[in-house]
Amino acid sequence: MKKNFWLLGLMLLMLSVFLVACGTDKEGGDNSSTPSTDGQDNTDGDKTEDAKPQILVFGRGGDSVSLDPAIVTDGESYKVTQNLFETLLNFGEEDTTIHPGLATEWDISEDGLTYTFQLQEGVKFHDGTDFNAEAVVKNVNRWKGGTEEDFYYFNSMFKAEGQDIIADVKAEGDYTVVFTLSRQQAPFLKNLAMSPFGIASPTAFEAAGDKFGDNPVGTGPFKFVDWKRNDSITIEKFADYWQEGLPKLDKVIFRSIPDNSARLNDLVAGNIDLADGINPSDGKVIEADSKLQLIERPSMNIGYLGLTSTRKPFDNKLVRQAVNYAIDKQAIVDAFFEGRAQVAKNPMPPSISGYNDDIEGYPYDPEKAKALLAEAGYDGAPIELWAMPVPRPYMPDGAKVAEVIQKNLEDIGMPAKIVTYEWATYLDKAKDGEADAFMLGWTGDNGDADNFIYTLLDEDNIGSNNYSYFKNAETHKLLIQAQSETDENVRIELYKKAQEIIHEEAPWVPLAHSTPLLAAKAEVKGFIPHPTGSDKLTNVSIE
Amino acid sequence: MLHYIGKRLLHLIPVLLGMTFIVFLIIRAIPGDPAQVILGQQATAEAVAALRDKLGLNNPWYIQYFDYLKGILTGDLGESLRTRQGIVTEVWPYLAATFELAIFAMIIAVIVGMNAGIVSAWFQNSWFDYIAMVIALIGVSIPIFWLGLMEQWIFSVKLGWLPTSGREEVRDPVSAITHLYLIDTLMQGRFDQFVVTLKHLILPGIALATIPTAIIARMTRASMLEVMRSDFVRTARAKGQKMFVVIYKHALKNALIPVLTIVGLQTGMLLGGAILTETIFSWPGIGRYIYEAIGYRDYPVIQSGILIVAFLFIMINLIVDILYTVIDSRIKYN
Repeated sequence: MKKNFWLLGLMLLMLSVFLVACGTDKEGGDNSSTPSTDGQDNTDGDKTEDAKPQILVFGRGGDSVSLDPAIVTDGESYKVTQNLFETLLNFGEEDTTIHPGLATEWDISEDGLTYTFQLQEGVKFHDGTDFNAEAVVKNVNRWKGGTEEDFYYFNSMFKAEGQDIIADVKAEGDYTVVFTLSRQQAPFLKNLAMSPFGIASPTAFEAAGDKFGDNPVGTGPFKFVDWKRNDSITIEKFADYWQEGLPKLDKVIFRSIPDNSARLNDLVAGNIDLADGINPSDGKVIEADSKLQLIERPSMNIGYLGLTSTRKPFDNKLVRQAVNYAIDKQAIVDAFFEGRAQVAKNPMPPSISGYNDDIEGYPYDPEKAKALLAEAGYDGAPIELWAMPVPRPYMPDGAKVAEVIQKNLEDIGMPAKIVTYEWATYLDKAKDGEADAFMLGWTGDNGDADNFIYTLLDEDNIGSNNYSYFKNAETHKLLIQAQSETDENVRIELYKKAQEIIHEEAPWVPLAHSTPLLAAKAEVKGFIPHPTGSDKLTNVSIE
Repeated sequence: MLHYIGKRLLHLIPVLLGMTFIVFLIIRAIPGDPAQVILGQQATAEAVAALRDKLGLNNPWYIQYFDYLKGILTGDLGESLRTRQGIVTEVWPYLAATFELAIFAMIIAVIVGMNAGIVSAWFQNSWFDYIAMVIALIGVSIPIFWLGLMEQWIFSVKLGWLPTSGREEVRDPVSAITHLYLIDTLMQGRFDQFVVTLKHLILPGIALATIPTAIIARMTRASMLEVMRSDFVRTARAKGQKMFVVIYKHALKNALIPVLTIVGLQTGMLLGGAILTETIFSWPGIGRYIYEAIGYRDYPVIQSGILIVAFLFIMINLIVDILYTVIDSRIKYN
C-alpha cells in the first residue's frame, strides 16, 4: 500500500515538472528546423522565394529616448536617427573629416562669414515631399526658434554668449542655401555634420509638433516603421532613396538588451546579428569563434582620473603631478581593457587634429612621486577616491580600476578611501566639486579639439563639464582664440600649446583612450563603426 | 460581502494617498537633478536652470505635490520628463508585459511548489522530503542573475531549444492589441506566434518562479504537516479513504489558507516588476521602466509607477481575502 503512495506522489511531481517542460521539448523541435523564420511564411508571402529578405537585428544596451534627432542628447537615439535622417555634410566613414552629404559642394567667403551650399537634387523625404533649399531653411529656423532645453545641441554648437552664430539662412533658388554667420566659427562644417542636425521633413514636423519623435520623417536610407518602447525599433528600406541601389538591407531592428552578457548570449544563439557594448574580457572568446567577428570602434574618447583643484591636497600642482607619476596606467590598460586601449597622455585622443604628440606622458615612477609629495609638504591626510558605478566604453570596470589606483596611491603614502554613488548622484556631486579624485570620461561629439579641451578643462565650463575645477588664464586665452581661428595650422598650434600647459598643471591623470568593441555574425558585411558611435548602416549586407 | 469589498476599496484611498506622499518625498530627497540628467553631461548651467523652470522643479515642494495630486484625481498620471510621453499611455505595454510574465511564473510556482510541498509533507523525513527541501533552500538563495544567464547559456546557446531574451521574434513581430501577447496572438489566429510567445516566456518564467516556488513549497509542507496531525485526517483515514483522497481533498483544503496568503504576496511582488529578470531577459516590463526612471530622475514616472504597483498589490491582497471565504466557508466578512 505504502509503495503506491510513493508512486502516486512521484508521478504527480513529475507531471507538474512535465507541464512546465513539455513546451520546451516539443517546441524545441520545430525551432531547430527553422531557427529564425518562425511564421514568416505567413507574413512575407509577397516576397519571392529566392530573395530572402535582408534583415539585420542590432542588439544594444538601451532604448532611444526620442527619434527626433534635434531634441535628443543620447547616443542610443542617434544610433537610429543616423539612418533615418541625413545631414548637409557627412563625416568620413571612419573619421571626422568632412565629406558631401545632402550638400554636394560648398563655398566659404573670404571673411569666413558666408557659407554657400549646393544641394543634392532629386532627394525625397519619406513622406514623398521634396528636399530642397526651402526645407533646409525651415529646419534651421526650427532649431533657432526653439529654446535651449528643446534643441540642446543646436544651442550648444551654434550659440555663443547667448548670441546666434548662424545670423541668417536663406534659400537662393531651389538648390542653393546661404548661411550668414555673426562671427567666425572654426568647426562650423564639422558641427553641421553632427547627427543632431539631420534634415527633417518640414511638412511632417510642422504637422506633428511635439510628437515628431514618434513618427520621424527624414531623407535617410531607412524609414521608420514601429517602436515598442524598451524593446525594439524597426526601420525599413526607403524605396525612393536617392542613392541608387542603397541601402542593401531591407530592414533593421534595434533591440534593447540591457545586460552585456545576455546580449552576447543572444548573439551566440543567433537571435541578433550585431551587438554593441561587448565587454573587453569577452573579446578573445569572440575572436576564437569562427561564426562571429569582433569589430573595434575607432577610439574617440578619454577615460581619466580628475583631481579637483579647489580641494586639498590637489590644490597643489606638485601633488597633482605626484599622482600622475604614481599611477601605473599601462597596468590598468593591460588588466581591465584587455589591451584594447591606448595609454593616454593628453586630454584628447591622437586621432583628433591638434593632438600634441611631442608631450612625454608621466612615466610610472613611485619614487619620483614620493619626492614630489615631500616637496609639496603633503601631510598624509586621506583622500576620497570616487569610482564610477557604471561601465562606459572609456571605463569598462570603474570599481576594479579604482582598486588599482588606490593601491598605487597607498604605495606613495597617500591613503585613499574608495567611494561610489549611483550614477546621477555621482555626476551631480562631482559637478559641485565634492570629489577629491574621481573617475570620469568623455566621448567626442564632432571630433574637434574644442569639444575636448575647451569643454572639459576651460573655466567657462566649471559647473558643467569641467569637473576638476581647473582654471588657467593662459589656456583660457588660447582656447577662446582657437574657437574663431579659421586657419587650421594656427589652430593646431594653439591647441598644442594648451596641451603643454595642461600637462604641466596636471588637473587630471589621463588614463586611456579605449577601443569600444562590437561583435557580429560572420555573415554581416560592410559594417564600419564610426568613432562618434552613430553608425550608418547604408552599406551593410548579410551574405 | 459587497459591503465588505466596498469598505476595503474605501480603505484604499488613505493608503494610496499616504503612498503618493511618501514616494514624493523620498524621490526628492535623493540627490541628482532631473534637468541635468535629461540634458546629459554636456549641458550648460543655463540650459539646466531653464529646464528646471519649465518642469516646475523650482516651485516649492508642496505646490509640486498638489499639482501632482490634482493630476491623479483627473486621471492624469503626468508626463515622463525624459520621453515626454503621457504616463497613462506609456505605462500599459510595460504593465502588460510584466503581467503576462508574472502570471506565467506564478502558475509554475503554484503547480510545482504546492505539489512538492504536499509530497514532502506526505512522506515527511523521506529522501524525497530532504531533497525537495534542499532544492527549495537553493531556490530561495540562488542569485537570479546567475540563474538567468545559465538558463540562456544551456537552453538557448548550447541546446538551441528556446529563445534567449525578449518577448517575441522581432523578425516576425506580434501586432499588439491588448499587449498581452498570448491573448493577442490568439485573437489574430496566429497560433505559430502564440507558440513563439510561449517559448519566450519559459526561461524568464522559470527564473522568476524560482523564489516563489521555493517559498510556496516550504509553506505548503509546513501547513500540511500541521493539518495532517489533526483528528479529521485520522478519521478520514480510519474510514478507509485512500491516502491520495485524504490529502488532496481533505487536508489540502484546510492547509490552503496560509499558502494562499503567500501566493497573494508573491504575486503582488512579481507584479511590482522583477528588475533582475527583466534586465537579464530584456523583458520590457514595469520593473525596468521604473528602475530606469530612477536613474534618470524621471520623477513623474517613479511616482506614478510606484503608485500603480502599490495599487495592484493592494488589489491582489483584497482578492486573496475574498478567496479565503471561497476556500473556507467558516470565514465570513461582515
